[in-house]
Amino acid sequence: MTALLADTWWMTHRRLQAFIRQPAFLLITLVQPVIWLFLFGSLFRRVVELPGFGATSYLDYLVPGVVVMNAVSSNMWAGMGTMEEIERGTLNRFLTTPVRRGAIMNANVVEQAVSTTIQSVIIVLLGWWAGAHYPGGIGGVAVLLLASVLLGTIFGAFSNTVGMLVRQRESIIGINVFLLLPLTFLSTVFMAEDLMPGWIQGAASVNPVDWAVRVGRAALGDSPDWGVLASRGGWLLGLAVLTVLLSIRTFRTYQKSV
Amino acid sequence: MTAYAVEAHDLVKTYPKGVRALDGLSVAVAPGEVFGLLGPNGAGKTTTVKVLTTLARPDSGSAAVAGHDVRRHPDRVRRAIGVVAQRTTADPAATGRDNLILQGRLHGMGGTALRRRVSELLDRFDLTASAGRAVRTYSGGMQRRLDVALGLVHQPRVLFLDEPTTGLDPEARAAMWEEINRLADTGLTILLTTHYLEEADRLADRLAIVDKGRIVVSGTADELKGELHGDAVHIDLRTSPDDRADRLIRDAIGRVPGARDIRLEGRRLSARADDGPAVVPAALAALEQAGVPVTAVTVARPSLDDVYLRYAGRRFADADAGHGVDAGGSELVGASSDGGAR
Repeated sequence: MTALLADTWWMTHRRLQAFIRQPAFLLITLVQPVIWLFLFGSLFRRVVELPGFGATSYLDYLVPGVVVMNAVSSNMWAGMGTMEEIERGTLNRFLTTPVRRGAIMNANVVEQAVSTTIQSVIIVLLGWWAGAHYPGGIGGVAVLLLASVLLGTIFGAFSNTVGMLVRQRESIIGINVFLLLPLTFLSTVFMAEDLMPGWIQGAASVNPVDWAVRVGRAALGDSPDWGVLASRGGWLLGLAVLTVLLSIRTFRTYQKSV
Repeated sequence: MTAYAVEAHDLVKTYPKGVRALDGLSVAVAPGEVFGLLGPNGAGKTTTVKVLTTLARPDSGSAAVAGHDVRRHPDRVRRAIGVVAQRTTADPAATGRDNLILQGRLHGMGGTALRRRVSELLDRFDLTASAGRAVRTYSGGMQRRLDVALGLVHQPRVLFLDEPTTGLDPEARAAMWEEINRLADTGLTILLTTHYLEEADRLADRLAIVDKGRIVVSGTADELKGELHGDAVHIDLRTSPDDRADRLIRDAIGRVPGARDIRLEGRRLSARADDGPAVVPAALAALEQAGVPVTAVTVARPSLDDVYLRYAGRRFADADAGHGVDAGGSELVGASSDGGAR
């Protein structure tokens, strides 16, 4: 067990070092969410005036949406890195050392969690700086961060699975381009549920992006909706566990195919 | 378990799509020995290394490295071996030093012992000045030296070198040969694969020729060459003979005293003779009489190429050019086949 923890630490350390070595990369990845936040925030500012929207400030409404959207868009590329390490042979080099196999997968999850948390915190602070209110306080923000990490884990693990299985950049790019916008717009990221057509409401109810944004909003509001927190939060956790198990399974299959 | 540093019995490994990469391969390497696996691309060398380094599981057969069974105790094997893959496997974004330190950590090293070992290796491989730079800025030769250093961090008992000089320029190749010789002098057991005859000839104490997933012959380079008895005589014909001319030529040369093992492949006619130069005049006369024009004649002492021809039944260069059958296992670096890497 201690060996697994130590190996996980060193494998994660390696990834965080790469992260620290290129701080500019973090800023570049934040350009997109910042644009969403301020562009959509200004463009749709007055939609809150629509009867039945149920919020007073669109910025308040949008911040959790942008946090989860960023969690999806930054983690869905994880498979690219995994694929590169396979192609370069770095993964096989690790596999000829006594490193615990679990540590390699753990490191993916931990590094994604750390980078998603940092990015989410920055988005929350930028929103706050622009005038957003978070009545749920620090606790509410923490729940939003947790939801974004879980969502990031789901998409990171999914991307890794695809990367190990298909080993083609084009496939990952194709899947991501195909998924990102529908997943964002078939949810309450930009629009309140009551104002959406029925079929989108239906699609949103099975969309993990929607689960995460609902958890975030419920926690950031002044009176948390415990029902939403428990149900959607639980589903997120369940799906995260499932996708991670799937990626571990694919990793085992990869090891057998070497 | 045994006195051998590496021992494999009857390894069979089939990849999906029915590619039989190993077809009953057996090999034994004594401690402290430099052993060369020589063969064309796709012969099964890399798959052998994958099985012996615990990356791939054989379908059947058994193997032990440093006394540990690769299937039952892969972790013990991993602790005892260093592996240098065909292409560089260092993390290009990390520095040379960080790559080495991580490798040591994964082998359970740490503290000052690890730092000292890493500095020592950087010095020895002439990488100290660039230790703090990202590996992607390294030249090909520097990356290759780092690869070898990565394989040595934990002071392994057996070092696997998979095509250590493929893709290197002549200067870097000579430097790598020197390094391998130095490593051999320390008593390290080295198993190297190569498809360069010259490399096997120079580096290996003993070698085995691999073809189509099995060992066709093994021994010291001198033993293998010695078994051929005599010189090779090669005669290049101006045109490829048709079936009728083919028979004519074989008959004509067959009557030359002292010539044996006659082969005719395309425009190249080869024969073997105890005294090569002595049979040349008679052979040329016989060909002239048969009306077959000749463009060149060479007489050579036996080379590993001849050994390969004798045991694998085809010329090394032809076998090498015709590779691409090793789908699923041609490179140690990835599970997918990637024939265009060179």
